[in-house]
Amino acid sequence: MAFVNDVRFAADKRAILARLRAVLPPGALLADEEELRPYECDGLTAYRALPLLVALPQTEAEVQAVLRACHDLKVPVVPRGAATGLSGGAMPHEDGVVLSLARFRKILRIDPLARTAIVQPGVRNLAVSEAAAPFGLYYAPDPSSQIACTIGGNVAENSGGVHCLKYGLTVHNVLKVRGFTVEGEAVEFGAAGLDAAGLDLLAVINGSEGLLAVITEVTVKLTPKPELAQVVLAYFDDVQKAGNAVADVIAAGIIPGGLEMMDKPATHAVEPYVKAGYDLEAEAVLLCESDGTPAEVAEEIERMKAVLEKSGATSLVVSRDEAERLRFWAGRKAAFPAVGRITPDYLCMDGTIPRKRLAEMLEAIADLSAKYGLRCANVFHAGDGNLHPLIMYDANQPGELERATAFGAEILELSVRLGGTVTGEHGVGVEKIDVMAAQFTAAEIEAFHRLKAAFDEKGLLNPGKGVPTLARCREYLQTRAGIAPSSVSSDAAPRF
Amino acid sequence: MQTNLIDAIKDTAEGREADAILRTCVHCGFCTATCPTYQLLGDELDGPRGRIYLIKQMLEGQPVSEKTQLHLDRCLTCRSCETTCPSGVKYHRLLDIGRKFLNERVPRPLGQRVVRGLLQEALPRPWIFRPAVAAGQMLRPLLPQALADKVPTAAPGQSQGWPEKSAHPRRMLALAGCVQPGLAPNTNAATARLLDRLGITLFEAPEAGCCGALRFHLDAQEAALADMRRNVDAWWPHVESTQGPGVEAIVMTASGCGAHVKEYGLLLRHDPAYAAKAERISALTKDVSEILAAEAERLKPLLAAKAHPPLKLAFHSPCTLQHGQKIKGVVEELLSAAGCELAPVADPHLCCGSAGTYSILQPDLSRQLRDNKLAALSAGAPKLIVTANIGCQTHLQSGSALPVRHWVEIIEERI
Ligand SMILES: Cc1cc2nc3c(=O)[nH]c(=O)nc-3n(C[C@H](O)[C@H](O)[C@H](O)COP(=O)(O)OP(=O)(O)OC[C@H]3O[C@@H](n4cnc5c(N)ncnc54)[C@H](O)[C@@H]3O)c2cc1C
Ligand code: SF4
Ligand code: SF4
Repeated sequence: MAFVNDVRFAADKRAILARLRAVLPPGALLADEEELRPYECDGLTAYRALPLLVALPQTEAEVQAVLRACHDLKVPVVPRGAATGLSGGAMPHEDGVVLSLARFRKILRIDPLARTAIVQPGVRNLAVSEAAAPFGLYYAPDPSSQIACTIGGNVAENSGGVHCLKYGLTVHNVLKVRGFTVEGEAVEFGAAGLDAAGLDLLAVINGSEGLLAVITEVTVKLTPKPELAQVVLAYFDDVQKAGNAVADVIAAGIIPGGLEMMDKPATHAVEPYVKAGYDLEAEAVLLCESDGTPAEVAEEIERMKAVLEKSGATSLVVSRDEAERLRFWAGRKAAFPAVGRITPDYLCMDGTIPRKRLAEMLEAIADLSAKYGLRCANVFHAGDGNLHPLIMYDANQPGELERATAFGAEILELSVRLGGTVTGEHGVGVEKIDVMAAQFTAAEIEAFHRLKAAFDEKGLLNPGKGVPTLARCREYLQTRAGIAPSSVSSDAAPRF
Repeated sequence: MQTNLIDAIKDTAEGREADAILRTCVHCGFCTATCPTYQLLGDELDGPRGRIYLIKQMLEGQPVSEKTQLHLDRCLTCRSCETTCPSGVKYHRLLDIGRKFLNERVPRPLGQRVVRGLLQEALPRPWIFRPAVAAGQMLRPLLPQALADKVPTAAPGQSQGWPEKSAHPRRMLALAGCVQPGLAPNTNAATARLLDRLGITLFEAPEAGCCGALRFHLDAQEAALADMRRNVDAWWPHVESTQGPGVEAIVMTASGCGAHVKEYGLLLRHDPAYAAKAERISALTKDVSEILAAEAERLKPLLAAKAHPPLKLAFHSPCTLQHGQKIKGVVEELLSAAGCELAPVADPHLCCGSAGTYSILQPDLSRQLRDNKLAALSAGAPKLIVTANIGCQTHLQSGSALPVRHWVEIIEERI
């Protein structure tokens, strides 16, 4: 399905190619269609666009030079990490350059006393924890894609993970971010300490989806590894009971190290890969983790078990050792791609709702699944109320993607109606750009545009993503209301 | 992923296979994290997900050139990506199909054709290869670095020979292989002595030769199939023996050959004359570690009978063992049971850069991978490096002052 980017530029490929050739070493610039195609999408393959060029710089000076050239020639730039994003954030712009940070893969410093690490943006999330392990430390935010996704991408998406319920999202674990504006001007957000002088703009760069600056260095907080961690698997014969159990655990005043849910289609998809020994008969499983000193863990596990039993768990299994605990989690972490075993394509949704509405949402998803005739596997960061329904479809069958997209839009709109948001952690990108209009008023959208313009007046960084133009919002709202979209002039709306 | 293969390939057996593989890939990118070439080069095109995309484009009829060829050539076929992929993408099969399709469309320049042709012809033939090694040793100072590195520095390890007469009722076949007898004749001999002590007679079928992997990965898939058929013919009389029961297993001491012979069934499945036999051969094929693990109880008393000096060693698990054959932790357990201390090795999933003829065809990447691997292997200060494949053994030895041996020799010395 083509995503129509309504923000276009008149780019001159030859001019920008010549400029970039002059500033990049050999092998750091791709220009032929054959080489560009594999860059046309991220983890959301339904949306694709062929870039003009791909630049693969290796130093900050090269990044700066690329940005200056693009800015001069008014060529848009799309930053890219590992392209594991699920909202099309790193999808190229057809008039622009993809700026890959994949070659920035050095861990510059680990300070075990200050419990910080300074890393380049292309370092993989898991590599930070691996490097910190000899000091008894780790980097807490652990997206399921942590084996591959980069720290730069994590900051740009303000990514979450299994441990974020207790230890916070990326924004809570980042101290300082260095980067360049699209004009090639160096910028810093935050400071090595906890409180910096001046405006605290750290929260602005976290979750900025490549729209404000290109990140070239990140200082992260490291967390001491708990003495012990154990996970309880609670099986249920009904998904809605499992949904309610999540609310019960939190209501009992327990903050688990992680609280996740998978339904039957999801466990069936992952079991052949991880061989974790999940009960495949159960309709849903909750993974509920406790960490701390052995005494704390023992006590908390008992409380968790009591609550889960009362909520109707049909059986409870507690991990016996670290290897088993990791195996139980491995299934959850591999869940999305493992679903690739049972369907050629899926759309991974990312709405967030209040925890007590989980059961209601699950019921609605089941009904929608019947309505659209598409299967759906559910994998949730349940503790955060962050839903990841995986809508399964076959892109080779005409019409299926459109049906899947409509199915997804209904889930997101329901999320908003239930008091939640359209994105929990995967970002807006291109995928959720239209439903932004369901979430925010025109005045709010305008405020976003003003923030964007403060960093990027010409609107060259990742244009057309994250925040819709007002024209796009109007069109969307009219279509949903059943009015044929008027031919609104897109010139009337602020562009970026 | 969505696919739209061109008619020329869509309805062929290979086209259907490729399409099914492409459709299992969901483009999540997990595999890039453990791909040795992506880790070094940081370009999507040098990682599995990008290569899959390049192959997809080509099969969809987009123009291809030597650019796609370069990125596919840089692939080590180490299959680390397959171990990582949660969706079960059979990458190496897609790559085989892609490379064949590409070769028909993008001819190689003369220089490359000559080198590949020579390798295809010389390596699988011990009668050319063995004298060539000797000549190479003499001429080493004159050879280009990539080739000089490949020529073993020392004379082949001394073999203590095969057991004098071994005539147990339990019998197993061994594959001599093409390069191993010249470079490390003791590997099969040590295996034979060890199995003899366990009451198993090991023997080689003289008519068998190269397993076919070398040619298969050098743009010569048809010639490789001929190698495979020849081996099936050589082994079959011992499998379906007219005198008594057939062999229990076909033992592989080079994991590269093992991974390939285990695929005979798959690769010859469309050949009516060979399909069934090849499948049986593949089923009988076992890495020597699998055989010893099955005999662990009988091995124990033999190991206990002798006092062992402590020995710290580092084990490099070849890709063809851990990713190709999915055998993990088995050799490590056997070595520990034999009283060896295993030094910890970082990033054990990464390839050493040997990868068949890769070290000759992609010398720069290969050397970087080798040096990284040797640094990881020596970090724990071992006395010795052991591995399970002749290619890795000679490749690592070419850059290491520590001796590099086949692990089975160590076990054999300890009984
Ligand atoms: C199987 C799977 C599971 C996932 N699980 C989770 C999960 O549990 N939690 C979660 O939060 N996400 C998850 N994700 C989504 C994704 O992994 C995250 O959004 C991740 O942070 C993206 O990192 P990346 O390096 O791949 O970035 P990319 O996809 O390359 O880019 C993402 C965005 O960041 C921008 N960007 C990247 N690098 C920079 C930089 N250096 N400077 C400025 N902008 C930059 C890009 O322009 C783009 O807008 C999952 C994805 C997959 C495929
Ligand atoms: S891990 Fe598997 S599904 Fe994911 S991109 Fe790689 S090959 Fe495709
Ligand atoms: S086989 Fe090895 S080198 Fe080739 S793509 Fe897979 S991981 Fe990378």
